[in-house]
Amino acid sequence: MRRVAILASAVAIMVAALLALPFGLSFSQQEILVFLIINVLVVASYRLLTLTGEWSLGHVVIMGVGAYASALYSKEFGVFVPVAMLLGAFTSALIAMALSYPLFRMKGFYFLIGSFAAGEVIRLLWKRFRDPFGGPKGIKKIEPMPDFDIGIWQFDFFEPTSYYYFSLVVVGVSLWVLWRIEKSPVGLTFHAVHWQDRLAESAGVNARAYKTLAFVIASGFAGLAGALLAHYIGTINPNSFDIEQMVFVLTWVIVGGTSTIYGPIIGCIALTTFNEIILREIGLEQGRPLVYGLVMIASVLFLPKGLEGIVQKAFSTSLFKSMLGAQTRGSS
Amino acid sequence: MIELIAQTGLNALYAAAYLSLVAVGLVLIFGVMGVINFAHGELFMLGAYVVVALYTGLEMPFVLVAALALMFVGCVGLLMEFAMFRPLRSNPLGGLVASIGFLVVLQALVSMGFGVRMEHVPPVTQEVIVFSEKVRLPVQRLAVIVAAALFLGALWLFLKRTRFGWALRASAQDPEAAALQGISIRKTSMMAMFIGGALAGVAGALTAPLISVNPNMGHSVIVAAFIVIIVGGVGSLEGAVVAAFAYSFIHTAVTTIWDGVIADIVGLLLMLGVLIVKPTGLFGTADRA
Repeated sequence: MRRVAILASAVAIMVAALLALPFGLSFSQQEILVFLIINVLVVASYRLLTLTGEWSLGHVVIMGVGAYASALYSKEFGVFVPVAMLLGAFTSALIAMALSYPLFRMKGFYFLIGSFAAGEVIRLLWKRFRDPFGGPKGIKKIEPMPDFDIGIWQFDFFEPTSYYYFSLVVVGVSLWVLWRIEKSPVGLTFHAVHWQDRLAESAGVNARAYKTLAFVIASGFAGLAGALLAHYIGTINPNSFDIEQMVFVLTWVIVGGTSTIYGPIIGCIALTTFNEIILREIGLEQGRPLVYGLVMIASVLFLPKGLEGIVQKAFSTSLFKSMLGAQTRGSS
Repeated sequence: MIELIAQTGLNALYAAAYLSLVAVGLVLIFGVMGVINFAHGELFMLGAYVVVALYTGLEMPFVLVAALALMFVGCVGLLMEFAMFRPLRSNPLGGLVASIGFLVVLQALVSMGFGVRMEHVPPVTQEVIVFSEKVRLPVQRLAVIVAAALFLGALWLFLKRTRFGWALRASAQDPEAAALQGISIRKTSMMAMFIGGALAGVAGALTAPLISVNPNMGHSVIVAAFIVIIVGGVGSLEGAVVAAFAYSFIHTAVTTIWDGVIADIVGLLLMLGVLIVKPTGLFGTADRA
C-alpha cells in the first residue's frame, strides 16, 4: 500500500510540474515545448516498432501522412479538426498496413532500405502532385484547432500554452495506451518476435503478423503526432518530413536507448533541452546538425545502452536502494 | 527518334560511369565489413568540394586536383574505418547508425566552411564531340566515362590478379575462414574503406564541373547507389556495374520523357520491386545484415 501511495504522489507531482512548466518560459520556449511534447509521441511510437527488432527509416514520412491527411480532411472536406486528427492517424495506420505487405518480406538491413524507399516514394508523390498535396510548397493555412471555453480557462489554440495542454492530454493518453500494449500479452509477443523469432514461430506465433501489428500501431500514433504538428504550425511541405528529420528521431531514440519505454523519451527531452538551452545560449544554433551527428556517433561508440542505461544503473546502486528502503521503513 | 535514343544512351553512359564508381565502393565495403556506409554519398560530395577548394579557388591543374581528391577522400574512408567501423565490428546496426551520424557531420562541416549555396565550378574544357545535329558528347563527360572505365578495370585486375585482392575477396566471402588462413581482417577492412572512399571521391571530383555542387548533393547519389546495389545484388561488384547502366538508362529516359521526380519514383519502385521478389537483390547471395 505504501508503495502505491509513493507512486501516486510521484505521478501527482509530475503532472503538476508538467502543468506548471509553461509559466516560467518565454513565448518561443513555450513553442519549443509544444514541438517537444509532439516529438515525445514520435519517439515513443517508434520504439514500439523497434521492439520487434526492425528499424524503419520511413517513420517520419508516415508521421507526414497523418499531417497531410488531417490537413486535407479539415481543409477540403471541412471535417471538425479533432476528428480530422483521428482520421489522419487512422490514415497513417492504413497506409502502414498496405506498406507492411511488401516491407515485411524484408528483414534487417533490407527492411531499413525498403522502408526508406517506400517513404521517399510517398514524399516524392507529395512533391510531384500539386493537386491535392500542393507540390514542393506543401499545404498552407491549415485549419487551426477551434477555440473553446471550459469556464476557468479560455483555450485559444494560437497560444502555445493552450496547445501545449491539449497536446499533453493527447500524448499522455497515447503513451498510456502504448504502455498498456507493451505490458499486454501482445507486447510480450513483440519481445519474443525480436529475441527468439524461431522459437516464437515454432510455438505457433505468426511473427510477421505481430510485426505488422506493431508497425500499424506505431504508424497510427506517428500519424497522430503529425496531425498535432500540422494544425499547430499551419503549414507543411515535403521537406518537413525528409531524411534529416528522420536522423533527429533516430538520434533521440539511440541516445536514449530502446530497452525501456522511457529511454527514447529521455533521449528526446535531453537532446532538445541541450539544443535549446546550451546551443542557443552560446549562439551555436548553426552547428546543431554537427553536434547531433557527433552525439550520435559518440553514443553508439561509448554508450551502447543509451541514457536509460545510466538511469538504470543509478536506480540499482546500493545507495539508492538503501535510501528507498529507509524511506519505506520510516513511513511504515 | 534514333537520335533521341543515341543521345539518351550517351547521357546514361556518363551517369552510369560515376554512379558505378560510387556503387562499387559501397559494395566492396559491405562485402568486406558487413556494414552499410550511409555516408558514401557525402564522400562523393567531399570529392567535389576538393575541386571547389583547389581548382576553383587555388586554380591548381584539374588532373592533380582529381588525384588529390582521390587520396584525401580515401583517407577520410580510413578515418571512418579507424574511428567508427573498427570499434563497432560486432555491431552492424551500430556501424550503420554511426555512418548516418558521420553523414550529418560531413554535411555540417562543408556547409560551415563553404556555405550552403550552390558552387560554380568553371568547365575544364568546352570542347564537344559532335556526332550529328542532335547527338553531342562534351569532352568532359567523355573524360568521366574513360576514367571510370580505367578505375573499374584497375580494381578488377587488383581483385582478381593480386594476392591482396584475393585476400579482400576471401574476407568478403567468409571473414572467419579468411582470418583462419592468416588474412588480417584489419588490413582488408582498411583497404576496402580506402578504395571505397577514393573511388567515391574521384567520382565526385571528376563530375564537379558538370553538376551542381552543394552540401546536400550526396543525397540523390546515395539513393541512386542504393537502388543500384539492391538491383545488382548486394555484394556483387559485376552486378553493381550492370545495374548502374540499366538504372542510368531508365532514369535518363524517364527524365527525358516525363520529368526528374517521376524518374526518381520509378527508380525507387524498381528497387522495391526487386526487394519484394528477392529480398537479397537479383545477383545477391549472402545475407549478412
